Amino acid sequence: MTTTLIVNGTRHEIDLPPDVPLLWVLRDEIGLTGTKFGCGVAACGACTVHIDGVAQRSCQVALGDVNGPVTTIDTSRPEPALAALQAAWVDHQVAQCGYCQSGQIMQAADLLATTPYPTDAQIDEAMQGNLCRCGTYPRIRAAIHDAATKLGEA
Amino acid sequence: MGIGKTTRRAFLIGSAAIVGGIAIGGYVVSRPAPNPLHPEEGATLNPFVLIDQRGVTIITPRAEMGQGVHSMLAMLVAEEMDLDWQDIRIEHGPPAKAYYNSALLKNALPIHAYAASDLQNTIRDVVGHAGKLLNLQVTGGSTSTVDAWDRFRMAGATAREALKEAAAKQLGVSASDLKTENGAVIAPDATRLPYTDLAVAAAEVSPAKPALRTPDQWRYIGKSVPRLDQPAKANGSARFGIDTKLDGMRFATVRINPRLGGKMTSYDDSAAAKMAGVEKIIPLEDGIAVVASNTWLAFQAADAVQITWEDATFPPQQDQIWQGLEAAFDTDANATGREDGDVDSLPAGATVLEAEYRAPFLAHAAMEPMNATAIYKDGTLVIWVGHQAPIAARDMAAAAIGIDSEKVTIHTTIMGGAFGRRGEIDVPVYAAKIAAAMPGVPVKMTWTREEDMRHDFYRPATIARYRGAVQDGKAVMVDGKIAGISCAHQAMARMTGIAMGGPDTAMLEGAADQPYAIPNYRIRGYLSDMSVPVGFWRSVGASHNGFQFDCFLDEMAQAAGTDPLEFRLAMAREEHAPSARVIETVRDMSGWTGKTPDGVGRGVAFCMSFGTPVAQVIEVRDESGLIRISNAWIACDPGIALDPRNIEAQMSGGLIYGLSAAIMGEITFDGGEVDQWNFPDYDAVRMHNVPQIAVQIVEAGGRIAGVGEPGTPPAAAALANALFDLTGKRVRELPLNKHFDFV
Ligand code: FES
Ligand code: FES
Repeated sequence: MTTTLIVNGTRHEIDLPPDVPLLWVLRDEIGLTGTKFGCGVAACGACTVHIDGVAQRSCQVALGDVNGPVTTIDTSRPEPALAALQAAWVDHQVAQCGYCQSGQIMQAADLLATTPYPTDAQIDEAMQGNLCRCGTYPRIRAAIHDAATKLGEA
Repeated sequence: MGIGKTTRRAFLIGSAAIVGGIAIGGYVVSRPAPNPLHPEEGATLNPFVLIDQRGVTIITPRAEMGQGVHSMLAMLVAEEMDLDWQDIRIEHGPPAKAYYNSALLKNALPIHAYAASDLQNTIRDVVGHAGKLLNLQVTGGSTSTVDAWDRFRMAGATAREALKEAAAKQLGVSASDLKTENGAVIAPDATRLPYTDLAVAAAEVSPAKPALRTPDQWRYIGKSVPRLDQPAKANGSARFGIDTKLDGMRFATVRINPRLGGKMTSYDDSAAAKMAGVEKIIPLEDGIAVVASNTWLAFQAADAVQITWEDATFPPQQDQIWQGLEAAFDTDANATGREDGDVDSLPAGATVLEAEYRAPFLAHAAMEPMNATAIYKDGTLVIWVGHQAPIAARDMAAAAIGIDSEKVTIHTTIMGGAFGRRGEIDVPVYAAKIAAAMPGVPVKMTWTREEDMRHDFYRPATIARYRGAVQDGKAVMVDGKIAGISCAHQAMARMTGIAMGGPDTAMLEGAADQPYAIPNYRIRGYLSDMSVPVGFWRSVGASHNGFQFDCFLDEMAQAAGTDPLEFRLAMAREEHAPSARVIETVRDMSGWTGKTPDGVGRGVAFCMSFGTPVAQVIEVRDESGLIRISNAWIACDPGIALDPRNIEAQMSGGLIYGLSAAIMGEITFDGGEVDQWNFPDYDAVRMHNVPQIAVQIVEAGGRIAGVGEPGTPPAAAALANALFDLTGKRVRELPLNKHFDFV
């Protein structure tokens, strides 16, 4: 039995047991490696994707439970908030090793979707599930504020 | 003669000239190692510059683990070659002797970096060349830019002059009438001759030793250039080791004995072998590997293999390990890192104090779990791995499966953090063994976070016993004894297969080598030979000494009745002016007065490591019983600031890495197994508890020094000293969350 998934607008028929986490379907089966494995236990946020527009930890969502279209960092047609964040990430030179950043950006995109001008406290609240061992937090914060401002001006 | 649209290979094979390109490397390394770039790959002007019809590729043979080293090395070549920043391509290149790290060995010499005279610098340089003999293509010790500073600029300048000579011949003019600009030689009549058109002819030229650009001519050095890796890291297209994709690839994981150092006694894979997606279960000496059609299916099956393990090879309980370290103090000192004056004859009336400090084992916990991909076919092995020492990785992987090193190719990928962990050879060795058991099939091995956390080479736990004396507000004596397990001995044995002994002064860095005038100043090291696996962790010895030594100085300042910042400043002024300037800078940045309002505490700390003095001030606030780290100020002097924005990132990242360890980092053992499994029990600073950070770079004009590690050592001390200021409670062990509740 196969499972149908829509990822970044493309339809995939997946022939894997339904308990395989979405993360490992994306990475190993579909070959979309932008979404990262960090912990497997919902403790780091590296695997964050959007399901039906909402940020989810893909290491915690079983293939059989995916109930909407999936967007990952690899999308070639990012919606405006995601595109603005990606640009701000480059402007602010956020990444060090960069491994956590796919998840950071997907989480931040979810934040801006609900909170167009987040305060520092709202950024703390939304982003504290996303670990960065390189310690890029100050620039992540600055880039989120900047992307929010630019989106507001657009 | 244009390179035009011919295919890369066709162009190159058709060109005899390229073979001669190697000669230009002569100025790059004083006794040139063979140029490892194959002629068919492009016109190789020297081991660091490759030109083909697409343009210039700069070979940046150091591990990119987040510190921006690829862009920094490219900057040095681009500066001399007049390349346009957006046209630059970079490649890590193959493991090769030409890419040895001379700076790493310099740090192994018993000369304190800050005290080196020119003569000593010369000696260090000469000995540095021995690194080539030892095959030290290693990224570590914050040495990359130090090592590259002359070599990469010279590589760029040599290539520039060769291109100019080639153009001069073609135009029938003198090379001195030509200039270079944005990837082209410019003729006197303003005609542009792109480097790509000149490369083949240039590879035949051996130019005279070129002059390096002077600082007033610098276009990139000292400015902030956009890191070349940023766009790919913002859109998910950056390929880390874990993202390696090969046709027909299978997915594997390992389960290694959690009682570290022990082997496997027996295993039963009858249930696991029947699980979904499982293709093969491979017994290893100290565990098993599962190969499956999906990484997660491999994880599940590995859980289902029943394994009986041998015991760990060291005392299994944490308290026994502490006792083992205490016992080391009863042995002869392994090393004396400093012996100034006489610590036993004190002036009458001096106040003496003593304290014992402890630092725990720490995991590296790089964000990207350990992984490597390999294929073994027809007696040859190819490995894709993010590695800090690719030559050692190649040689040990070859040895593990009984083939010659020449039969192994290593592709060094970018790394999702490393912090020292990716200098170890265990990961490529396991990947090689798995590949050898699956001939012809590419296999990607990924460790679970738990496997990564519980099979690290940990920052050694240490105990430091200090005795100090103060008089008239000043330090008159400090005498430190540091007990630990030698990561230098262990790591060298693992990398070379040869047991190493001798004095380990790396364990004393951050205590013995501080630029302080203290008339009676002695630091000695004591080693335990317990086989707890330990390794280099961001800033190595300075990571524990930065806490223990500096906090003890804070206690001495307190006993002396002197402001702690002024206390350190007075000692630095007499010994090393750049360090004093760094302390003054952090004083001014933070508006240090030595006084804080109720509910606010401030601490200062200083550590010079890897040639870069760093001073930090941390401010903490009491928020209804919870501690918030509100601010941090950092001043540093890396000699020459290649890229201020990158230095700012490394300094604040280094501080945060140090704070994570200081607040909550601890690895402990029970039954020979590590107690911590994953981020829930080995967490780090996150968005909500990171302070506001300000960084200021001082350039006092010294030799260029690294920035990847020196931001880490003072962090724990600055925080502990701030907590003392806030609460009056002096804590002499880490992590601090055993004694304080943080936000
Ligand atoms: S991998 Fe999913 S939260 Fe860490
Ligand atoms: S940039 Fe390295 S973990 Fe975040």
